[in-house]
Amino acid sequence: MADFETPELKEYQIIPKYKDGTMTGSMPFISRAPFNEPLGYPDELVDNWKEKAIEKMGELQSKYRSVQVYLDICVKCGACTDKCHYYLGTQDPKNMPVARQDLFRQVYRRYFTFAGKFFGKLGIPGFVGAKELDKEILDDWYSYFHQCSECRRCSVYCPYGIDTAEITMAAREVLATVGMGQKYSNEIIGKVFKIGNNLGLPEPALADTLEGLEEEVEEDTGVAVKYPLDVKGADILLVTPSADFFAEPHVDGLIGYGKVFHEAGVSWTVSSYASEAANFGMFIGSYENMRRVAMRIREAALELGVKRIVFGECGHAWRVAYSFLNTLAGPFDFLDPKYPVPQHICEFTYDLIQKNALKLDKSENDHMTLTFHDSCNVARASRMGSEPGGQFKIPREVIKAVCNNFVDMEADTIGEGTYCCGGGGGLLTDDLMEVRVKGAMPRMQALKNVVEHNGVTHMAAICAICKSQFTKVMPYYGFTMDQVVSVHQLVSEAIILTKGLPDEKAEEAADESDAAEAE
Amino acid sequence: MTVLFGILFYAAFLLLVVGLFSKIRQYARTPAPLKIPTTPAPVTKTGVVWRLITEVVFFNSLWKSNKWIWIFGWIFHFALLLAFFRHLRYVIPNDWFIYPLVNNWLILTAGQYAGWAMLFGLAGLFARRLLVDRVRYISSPSDFAMLLLIMGIALTGVLVSFVFKDAGAIVELKDFVIGLLTLNWQPVPDNGLIITHLSLVLVLMVIFPISKLLHAPGVFFSPSRNQVDNPREQRHVAPWARKLESGN
Repeated sequence: MADFETPELKEYQIIPKYKDGTMTGSMPFISRAPFNEPLGYPDELVDNWKEKAIEKMGELQSKYRSVQVYLDICVKCGACTDKCHYYLGTQDPKNMPVARQDLFRQVYRRYFTFAGKFFGKLGIPGFVGAKELDKEILDDWYSYFHQCSECRRCSVYCPYGIDTAEITMAAREVLATVGMGQKYSNEIIGKVFKIGNNLGLPEPALADTLEGLEEEVEEDTGVAVKYPLDVKGADILLVTPSADFFAEPHVDGLIGYGKVFHEAGVSWTVSSYASEAANFGMFIGSYENMRRVAMRIREAALELGVKRIVFGECGHAWRVAYSFLNTLAGPFDFLDPKYPVPQHICEFTYDLIQKNALKLDKSENDHMTLTFHDSCNVARASRMGSEPGGQFKIPREVIKAVCNNFVDMEADTIGEGTYCCGGGGGLLTDDLMEVRVKGAMPRMQALKNVVEHNGVTHMAAICAICKSQFTKVMPYYGFTMDQVVSVHQLVSEAIILTKGLPDEKAEEAADESDAAEAE
Repeated sequence: MTVLFGILFYAAFLLLVVGLFSKIRQYARTPAPLKIPTTPAPVTKTGVVWRLITEVVFFNSLWKSNKWIWIFGWIFHFALLLAFFRHLRYVIPNDWFIYPLVNNWLILTAGQYAGWAMLFGLAGLFARRLLVDRVRYISSPSDFAMLLLIMGIALTGVLVSFVFKDAGAIVELKDFVIGLLTLNWQPVPDNGLIITHLSLVLVLMVIFPISKLLHAPGVFFSPSRNQVDNPREQRHVAPWARKLESGN
């Protein structure tokens, strides 16, 4: 399938010995014209890249407390060294979180600390882990900061909470500033600016797709469930990753959101202007670009006059939405203050389930035994509901409400310790297949255990990147691509539509629900 | 010798205080533009205080992470705290009312044996650095040097309080320290171990604000640990980010 070996899945996770340089050559395509200009970056490596890079480092240290503090305080205790899925899957020592940070930190120490400058003058900067910036280091940055999915697993285990994602974002921002941005992310952000979503689906294509969904659902259920686009005055603006509009299993999730809204009796709409929940501005560490993408959601909400904003299933998008949207594009005082801004679709569905407002037939999903993959950004960078940890509880409660068979994977591979799918953080591109496949290993290994011991047949996820990544890499590990499902796909299967039925069916449904109540 | 040590101690103390102060000021003044607590995170300020306490007192995250590092690291740091208490008797004059609080059997004994515990913890950390391939990979010479430095301080301390006891020198040491504090210099005790102990402490004071030892104040400024998880309820905007808004 490819020119690398897929890691072997063991009975349990072992900590491998490191092997130098196994991933040295791995790097994504460098971004060139015309993808950089719209984002404000130079088209190719600038002549004075070294000065520029150091200048940018200084700027970022002064703008981000995380960067400044984290570069200073790492004691190299080694607690994080076995926590990164990319290290476990590749054995490349530079994929240990601390070693990845050190690629950046060594330059910080050389140019910004007394110790680095002093020992640098003595000719032994290495004594204090400092190093002169050169092209080799720049290439190392490009390679290894694109082998980090910004999943924050290391930050859970660091005694000081040092988050490699913060350093990765800073390093990528420095790289982009000197003309070494990543094509995949920059091109996608450009598409959002120009068209409104990552996939470049223009308004007519969206309208067509949503109309197609309406027909499909009506054919399937006999109920005219609406999938509205650009409807002014709707209650809810749904912002969802654009993959939901056509990719499998994403679209089955979107069908599910529509059915839930239908049953809730709320009016909703998608916006063609803000037809993307994802925000790759976060991946490249650019506050400005992240803000520009986020502002589109505010503008769409104002333009359409909605009262609430609900986000579809997407991991980093939910991080940007939950943690950053208010900061980047707030305040949202023009929305209905009764609801949190924004809300996650799982929170929305969970509320309805709590109120018994959904009629569900769990047996529709009886042919599956489910497990749930906590998406890294949802797990460690956001929340659902009002209690800490709601991000773990709510999706599981939703799944359990619509499925009879649910089994969790091993405790240290889910929840706050969840392994990233291997494709997050801007790595979901074909030019990074090797690191994606290898990085998926720890998750695949945990999945294999519940498949073999608990009869799990499917893994549910609430992230467009996770879903795309798993469909692509699971075959490498002997699974099939359709073993990944959307959480709202499960909801969609189990939900019994009770509103807007043709007359006969309405009577039947009423009888059924009377019978159910009588029981 | 006394003059040299006197000057060196004043200089080292000045570097320590000014260095630490300027780093802390830098950390406090650098904005954290985005809400990035590692979740699940506390939703109240009180919760955050508790989270930081569990990190600083119990090394909570490290416990989740690696039991060996936790054992060695925690023992070392706790012993360091006990040793610190024992050393308070050198800077508090005998006639002060709080002196009995630090000069009593419990503090002195705990602090004395803590020296061994420090050595044990440090030796464990040193061994990991040397023997675990991953930790060896990420170690710079300075990481080993720093462990050796603190081991040197602990070892000379243990030797002078358990093996080569010299009560006279200890009294002189107190006079020397109080002399420094009151600008009334007294001679440095003529004891090789004490001189070595003091010299190593001088080095430690100087490198503290320019090295990874900044983890001590730094942990309190770590946004992933000290932020409240309330971004939907409270808008959080850094001053430099606010400027972008007026541009619109």
